[in-house]
Amino acid sequence: MAVVETRSLTKVFKEGELGAVNDVNLVTREGEFLVFLGPSGSGKTTLLRMIAGLETPTSGEIRIGGQVVTHMTPRERRIAMVFQSYALYPHLSVYKNIAFPLKAQKVPKEKHREKVEWAAGLLGITRLLERKPRELSGGERQRVALARAIVREPSVFLLDEPLSNLDAKLRASAREELEEFHHRIGTTTIYVPQDQVEAMAMGDRVMVLHQGTVRQLGSPTEVYDKPADTFVATFLGSPPMNLLDTEDLIVGVRPEHIAPIELSPNAAVRFHARLQNIEYLGAEWILYLKVDGGQFNGKDLISRLPSAASYRMGEAYDFGVQERDLRYFDKQTEKRTEPRVVAWQ
Amino acid sequence: MSTSAPPSQSPKPRKVGYFSTPAGRARRLGVAMFAPAILYIVALIGVPFVMAFLYAFGDVRVGSVGYHFVGLENYRHILQSPTFRKALANSFIFTITSQVLVIVGSTILSLVLEKSFRGRSFIRFLVLLPWVAPISLGAIGWKWILDSLYSVINWVLVFVLHLYKPYAAPMWLGEPTLAMASVIVVHTWRLLPFSTVILLAGITAIPKDIPEAAAVDGAGFWRTLFQIRIPMMLPIVNVAVLFGIIFTFTDMTVVYILTAGGPFDSTQVLPSLAFFTGILGGDLAAGAAISLFLVPLLVLVAWGMLRMAHRAEVV
Repeated sequence: MAVVETRSLTKVFKEGELGAVNDVNLVTREGEFLVFLGPSGSGKTTLLRMIAGLETPTSGEIRIGGQVVTHMTPRERRIAMVFQSYALYPHLSVYKNIAFPLKAQKVPKEKHREKVEWAAGLLGITRLLERKPRELSGGERQRVALARAIVREPSVFLLDEPLSNLDAKLRASAREELEEFHHRIGTTTIYVPQDQVEAMAMGDRVMVLHQGTVRQLGSPTEVYDKPADTFVATFLGSPPMNLLDTEDLIVGVRPEHIAPIELSPNAAVRFHARLQNIEYLGAEWILYLKVDGGQFNGKDLISRLPSAASYRMGEAYDFGVQERDLRYFDKQTEKRTEPRVVAWQ
Repeated sequence: MSTSAPPSQSPKPRKVGYFSTPAGRARRLGVAMFAPAILYIVALIGVPFVMAFLYAFGDVRVGSVGYHFVGLENYRHILQSPTFRKALANSFIFTITSQVLVIVGSTILSLVLEKSFRGRSFIRFLVLLPWVAPISLGAIGWKWILDSLYSVINWVLVFVLHLYKPYAAPMWLGEPTLAMASVIVVHTWRLLPFSTVILLAGITAIPKDIPEAAAVDGAGFWRTLFQIRIPMMLPIVNVAVLFGIIFTFTDMTVVYILTAGGPFDSTQVLPSLAFFTGILGGDLAAGAAISLFLVPLLVLVAWGMLRMAHRAEVV
């Protein structure tokens, strides 16, 4: 078990261009499940690959378990990585795939069977050991990749979108298994998820990246409820946070916090809005509103409600937001600032 | 009285041949496009091949008339000839040694050329050059390089490195062992590019993730090479090897130009012996028998090659 630390880590692929990863400072906690989250091209995979030793940093330093590993080969770092494609060795049986890291790290041969069976047992793939990867389903391949990763008991686990090749149903169960698995082995894990649902559900902490820089690092509730800036605010959540510009401030409110006045009779902020469109999504309704009157006259807002069957398109209703559900961002820096009084009416 | 036909009656369909329908026309075009290739193969490969079979089991000589079937008589005859046995052994030495060199060399070359570095495309072009250049030109170049009087190699050995006295330098094409080695080297030089290109395709087809996974799993360069990369390339290496075997067993260009089978038949291989016996010596039957001697083996190799090629596609 070990802590991964990066100091001013930067990767520039082409000289003169913006770096893929810029000045990232990160310290993981012992045994935590850390998630890198960001839009595609935000540098999360590059960061992961630098930690794995598959990419050489342009500048900065990486430490694993206190030791500087910046210029070490992947082999010397004693980490395990699961690739998006699983990268199983197609010509080797499942058994030999799982045993490969043991062989490569010169674990005495008589220990191989015991260790492979332990790893396979942990992932429930003991009956597949004699098969070739091409004879396995997507879910089984993923387990083999995980078994190959844990077999030599690495100090750090790196997972690069390991669930993205599974279908939706399998993904949900695999996610649960992966979480459960992490609780059991307790190895520090860095995870690049395919989507934010995975990130929020699995991460002890979430690191939000944008254009190679860290925008926020915190627990899922922190990054969702107290976004550090407007990027984090709009990147997380679907539909994203509503942002309203005032003269020197940006006001943000999550769709689920905008409710018709009957549902939040004591709301501090009230406004009148016309219903432009309604989407029914099964468990919830999405309401597209246009503010009618007041400071934000004509602005579009999105509201998310558990039920909205009685509302009619084109009609105007009164809506309210609790004061505590409003977020404020500085208009220049777009960083979150102290609450201020904004006149809605 | 009305002479016009009732409107409901449709005009009698004109009889058309299959080749006038759209599908038929497409077929006709297909046949027309395909015909030159078929004609070419039948005329230049099929007919001589059948004739060679007939000759091999007959008593045909240049200028003789008539044909008598003699069964395996020609084979009994050539098997007794020491020259034939020498050529048969040489064919195997020539093929196996050059193929080993080609595969080792092309594996190394393809691994080097897969990495991106400055001037890679120029190096790739240079590597491909021996394949593109006419073999007679290349072989004549080598003949000069290895010549007993004008050899560049000997000039370097004598006047630059001072390893030999003038006139005492190795006779590359004049001593049996050296001549065989020279022929093998030149043939390897000639086949290397083709094999390299095939292997390069094989390496490029390996997903990048897999060697990376091996690196993370703790494998060094050699382990990744021998346990991951080469096994994954194996189906395509097999195709290259089998192609090379057939090509080498049936080719005489390098031998013919460099040594003409000499000295003392020390570089004589079956194709060159067949040519000398059948065409230059006029014994068509013996020539045909020699040239067909390895057909059963080569058919087996070709069959294996097609199977491998198929497997390589599937994996």
